[in-house]
Amino acid sequence: MSMTITEKILAAHTSEGVVTPGELIDVSIDVIMGHDLSTPLAIHEMEKIGAKKVFDPEKIILVPDHFTPNKDVNAAESCKRMREFAERQGIAHYYEIGEMGIAHALLPEQGLVVPGDVIVGGDSHSCTYGAIGSFATGVGSTDLAAAMLTGTLWLKVPESMKLILRGKPRRWVSAKDLILHILGDLGVDGALYKAMEFAGDTVELLPISGRLTMANMVVEAGAKNGIFGVDKITETYLHGRARREYRVFQSDPNARYADVREYDVGSLEPMVAFPFSPGNVRPVSEATDVSIDQVVIGSCTNGRIEDLRMAAEVLQGRKVAPGVRLIVIPATQDIYGRAIKEGLLEIFLAAHGVVSPPTCGPCVGGHMGVLAKGESAASTTNRNFIGRMGHPESMVYLVSPAVAAASAVKGRIAHPDEVIRIGK
Amino acid sequence: MILHGRVWKFDNNVDTDVIIPVQHTIGTDLEEFGKHCMEGLDPNFAAKVSPGDIIVAGANFGCGSSREPAPLAIKAVGISCVIAKSFARIFYRNAFNVGLPLLDSADAWDGVEEGDEIEVNLDSGEIRVVSGGTIFKANPIPTFMQQLIRDGGLMNHIARKLDF
Repeated sequence: MSMTITEKILAAHTSEGVVTPGELIDVSIDVIMGHDLSTPLAIHEMEKIGAKKVFDPEKIILVPDHFTPNKDVNAAESCKRMREFAERQGIAHYYEIGEMGIAHALLPEQGLVVPGDVIVGGDSHSCTYGAIGSFATGVGSTDLAAAMLTGTLWLKVPESMKLILRGKPRRWVSAKDLILHILGDLGVDGALYKAMEFAGDTVELLPISGRLTMANMVVEAGAKNGIFGVDKITETYLHGRARREYRVFQSDPNARYADVREYDVGSLEPMVAFPFSPGNVRPVSEATDVSIDQVVIGSCTNGRIEDLRMAAEVLQGRKVAPGVRLIVIPATQDIYGRAIKEGLLEIFLAAHGVVSPPTCGPCVGGHMGVLAKGESAASTTNRNFIGRMGHPESMVYLVSPAVAAASAVKGRIAHPDEVIRIGK
Repeated sequence: MILHGRVWKFDNNVDTDVIIPVQHTIGTDLEEFGKHCMEGLDPNFAAKVSPGDIIVAGANFGCGSSREPAPLAIKAVGISCVIAKSFARIFYRNAFNVGLPLLDSADAWDGVEEGDEIEVNLDSGEIRVVSGGTIFKANPIPTFMQQLIRDGGLMNHIARKLDF
């Protein structure tokens, strides 16, 4: 029977070996991720039923990334609970401050997730790992507890939709702009319960960092998972990085899709998602009258070294506009170190930006750059719901790192071309 | 199982950030979650709700973050059931996992007003407006989800199968 890559990976993790969309299945799980907001509740659920031991400590990865460095006493207590749980259970893959990062950047970077895996994470953006040809989806704390305890979880096999991107994007049009464009087309429930499979010559040229950015935001269309096939770019990325052997799956040529959509991205502009929905997307040329108080460059969407390079290119030799606060957040310890070596942090500091340690921080309205009433931010993060970055009457505009950097310089949302003149 | 309650109406795409802002999601205190239920849309919601009340919402209810304090807050504040045109998938799982029943109905939202008394039959999926008697039909709750509700949530469901 012909199957999509998503169906094949799921089938390989069931006792039957075959699956069809819509079917409820029990899947065995290769990697389970929890963070400081989802794990304490999961521990609570395990303890409630008297469970003592996780099924396999090797398959569990715990990363305190949301409210760390601990933002207050409650956060400190939650992290302590998680740290003690990791010690008690012998979970070696516990990443403390100093070696941690935002989980969705850290796990691929450290080779902890590999193609063909079934991965569940106690975080909605766990779909990020689909960028390297794995099945990855987000769950809540009780599912996280059940997975840690049994190594399996029930899932409904999703229908797949295929998104074919063609054409060479113009300068300054990044993976973030591609996924925002797709979200604008699909809407925030356009892929509800579905697998979003990306294909076409545009994505064949896209580095893993860009694929991670795109897979990261499929949940913003309601998708269960996003997935890219494994190719040379993936193999190169995994070389010397993957910690386990892996299996490569590809969609059959005659696999069935609930929907196939084609996008010509050759003439696309950088995109902006306006408040209060990631699907409320317009080209940057329609956003240049939006003034901003803060710029955030970071997060599981856009906190990788490639993102920081893009921002630094725009900010080099320039300063942020008076009254604008620029916050740069390298997503992992390794990225932070590289950004120092490459001189990127110097550029950010000289531009009058601040550089935060790795954390989800302001993206989730936690700390490290929360907005006041009436304030606006241009941010490379993934959500702009009401109150997402702070006060319910604050506003977040979702953009690429290049647009974020240009906006910091101009004090309003700006195209990078307005800062770096064409031909210069 | 039959539920009675007063209707609280919400629009499409109610996300988990407005169901419970993140600063209130730390820890495991369910009562505390309940105090902040729907705070992002209506800071006084928790004070206005009576036990048994029912939320009726548009499409894609519970989108966004996977935070389980969202269904826990709704349950803790006393809401007995959420009816929506559709649900975001992680919220859907979380709700049944913690024992909050959900019904998806295409036309209940258009047919009920805020404050209406309604009667919901969880087994048949029938939603009846008490005054006037109009009846709407929701999709029946899948068998596996019914089992989860009967067992008292996912952890109790698996505890029955495991031996500690």
